[in-house]
Amino acid sequence: MSKTKKKFDFSKYMALIALIILVIGITVLNPQFISPSNLLNLLRQASVNALIAFGMTFVILTAGIDLSVGSILAFTGAIVATMILGGTPAWLAGLIGLALGALLGAVNGLFITWGKVTPFIATLATMTIWRGATYVFTGGNPVTGGKMNTSFFFQFIGQGYLFGIPFPVIITLIAFIVCYILLHKTAFGRKTFALGGNEKAAFVAGVKTKKLLIIVYTISGLLAALAGFILTSRLGSAQPDAGTSYEMDAIASTVIGGASLMGGKGRMSGTLVGALLIASLSNGMNLLGINSFYQQIVKGVVILIAVMIDSQTQKNRE
Amino acid sequence: MKIEMKGIEKAFGTNKVLKGVDFDVHSGEVHALMGENGAGKSTLMNILTGLLKKDAGSVKVDGKETIYTNALDAEHHGINFIHQELNNFSEMTVAQNMFLNKEIKNKFGLVDQKKMNQESKEYLQKLGSNIDPQSTVANLTVGQQQMVEIAKSLMTDAKFIIMDEPTAALTENETDILFKTIRDLKKTGVGFVYISHRMEELWEICDRVTVMRDGVSVNTYFTKDVDEKQIVHDMVGRDIGDYYPARNPHLGPVALKAENLSGGKFHNVNFEVHEGEILGFSGLMGAGRTETMRALFGIDKLTSGKIYLEGKEVKLKNPSESIKNGIGFLTEDRKDEGLIVDQSLEDNIALPSIDGFKKGWLIDKKAEDKFADMLIKRLTVKATSNQVTARSLSGGNQQKVVLAKWVGSGSKVLILDEPTRGVDVGAKKEIYELMNQLTDRHVAIIMVSSDLPEVLSMSDKIVVLYEGKQMGVVDAKEATQEQVMELATGGK
Repeated sequence: MSKTKKKFDFSKYMALIALIILVIGITVLNPQFISPSNLLNLLRQASVNALIAFGMTFVILTAGIDLSVGSILAFTGAIVATMILGGTPAWLAGLIGLALGALLGAVNGLFITWGKVTPFIATLATMTIWRGATYVFTGGNPVTGGKMNTSFFFQFIGQGYLFGIPFPVIITLIAFIVCYILLHKTAFGRKTFALGGNEKAAFVAGVKTKKLLIIVYTISGLLAALAGFILTSRLGSAQPDAGTSYEMDAIASTVIGGASLMGGKGRMSGTLVGALLIASLSNGMNLLGINSFYQQIVKGVVILIAVMIDSQTQKNRE
Repeated sequence: MKIEMKGIEKAFGTNKVLKGVDFDVHSGEVHALMGENGAGKSTLMNILTGLLKKDAGSVKVDGKETIYTNALDAEHHGINFIHQELNNFSEMTVAQNMFLNKEIKNKFGLVDQKKMNQESKEYLQKLGSNIDPQSTVANLTVGQQQMVEIAKSLMTDAKFIIMDEPTAALTENETDILFKTIRDLKKTGVGFVYISHRMEELWEICDRVTVMRDGVSVNTYFTKDVDEKQIVHDMVGRDIGDYYPARNPHLGPVALKAENLSGGKFHNVNFEVHEGEILGFSGLMGAGRTETMRALFGIDKLTSGKIYLEGKEVKLKNPSESIKNGIGFLTEDRKDEGLIVDQSLEDNIALPSIDGFKKGWLIDKKAEDKFADMLIKRLTVKATSNQVTARSLSGGNQQKVVLAKWVGSGSKVLILDEPTRGVDVGAKKEIYELMNQLTDRHVAIIMVSSDLPEVLSMSDKIVVLYEGKQMGVVDAKEATQEQVMELATGGK
């Protein structure tokens, strides 16, 4: 019964096709684009956004949104950097940072479920709160120097290479595999889809919707903190304004990857492609010497086109 | 003035809901429309007021053939329909609602709020109501909102007002005020069409009554010439035939017992259902049947009461716990709470049982696939694959998918809320047969239904609720439709 031949679902590969066209196009204009060193560089640039976007995918699947990821990134980054400066071993500081990120995500989930605040407003508020907290905590200055320059572990996370591949890329790849399995192969993932597709029906079918939502926002917070750790390590300092507007790139990656803000629809692989597309766009335009002011305009147009094509094909199928 | 409707017919697709209805109303009378849910009362009135187009028949106003193009057109000609669901904008003020689309403007072309408030007040006062035109509609009681709707009708110089179950949500006090208003307006020559489920109101406020059943107008009487028995007979007097499969129940021990269940809209409901039994729940819309079941299943909160499963007391705080305890719930609204319409049949069917497919951390996709296929086959769902979306199926097949969910989750007690609503005749019969198969396998079924013949034919026992109170438990074999209807309308 389920063995019926599936028709080639064009819309499923839309983002991938766009990515390939983009890669070919930029390469034609500047062949340097596909040199191994540039590609590795591109992947490293993509990793921070991709990690945040993986978490955002879970959130958006539930018809939610997490605007606070950039602030969680900055806040946990500042805490981790300060701890390392104070003598805490880098691995321990990193773990504490991840736990803190998860906790802040869970707090978002609590406001949304028990507090009955819509996700947009709840995370808009925490976005402001944690950004403010970061400025208070750092006094507005970057946290840098000291043991951050001498800890091998700390530097390796963001700047190291393993088998010639930037370590952040490896972390992102592992995170992708874990998130992919979690979303597409476990009961938790199935319930996430169900909740996004119809929250009431999911609840009646025995899904503990509040608990599930809290976990989803926890994952988002955790991945934001992981991205924060990598970014801090790569830059060698925690900037109080780090991660500003990163939520937008993450949302864009998820949506380009085929997720619907109405929930219930999306794929982890789509998000990965979306993140690569956004990174290629920036990297490629830099190579082509396009002014960064114009880059923003192009990025906005690409997002619009991607979503318009998606909703059109959606309509045609119905 | 006089409205005459003759031989009105209307079909939705292949479903014929009106099969030749005659109805008339004139100025200064209150004419009641009685009938079970689905008899076609609202459809008839929607045709009169231009919301629906008739397929055949004639509508004459003062002898002239008339078709209103839409509700606004009907309103301009003095015919107002006050729907059961009041169409107010709850965050706007009373005056803003009353003057919606006919705002009074001052010489600068801006809305003259002051004048609108003043005029609203005058209209409301004509009805003897002192509602503040500046208060937000959300802050009014349902009765007051209705008053606003009536005042709105008067503004457009209504000659006829159609009311669809106006007292359904009113307190006794508010009902008295409404009836006084109707009587006063009657004297000024306004005619009313009064759709109601409450028998006693017929003699309190109505002059004539037309009974509808299955899309046909059965009889029209002067209320002073007719009694309750006759009306009930006209409402339900259809042959059941062999439409329903025979019940051969073999009752086991008590599967579920509910003691003094109370919640928002029901009080002290008691019942027990045995293995292999179908327990019917009858009553009118809003009697509290669905609310009782939702609270039992853990969707809404019980304020008090105890639930026993196989003799042991259980606390069912949420649906998850109910499912673990072997209860399933087919909800009244399939698209809203029963299905995730844009997901596959497999995803829908497996959802309540999904934790059972865990193999370590992951889902055993093959087992899940087989499970879905097995249930699709067993419940004879017509679909090309288990990967098609639930949306793509017909109502009857969608309902079978919901049933498949709960059969698959191993329900020992299955609550079915309006299991055949929006289901075509063929699928209906299949669902009845499935219910029999399930009870043969010792499943206990609780069936909430507004369809009297269905309740009487498929249940073994029937609990009747009226306004949240339990009116009685009757044996379905001995009970007549008249008896159940009498209990359901608050009779003795």
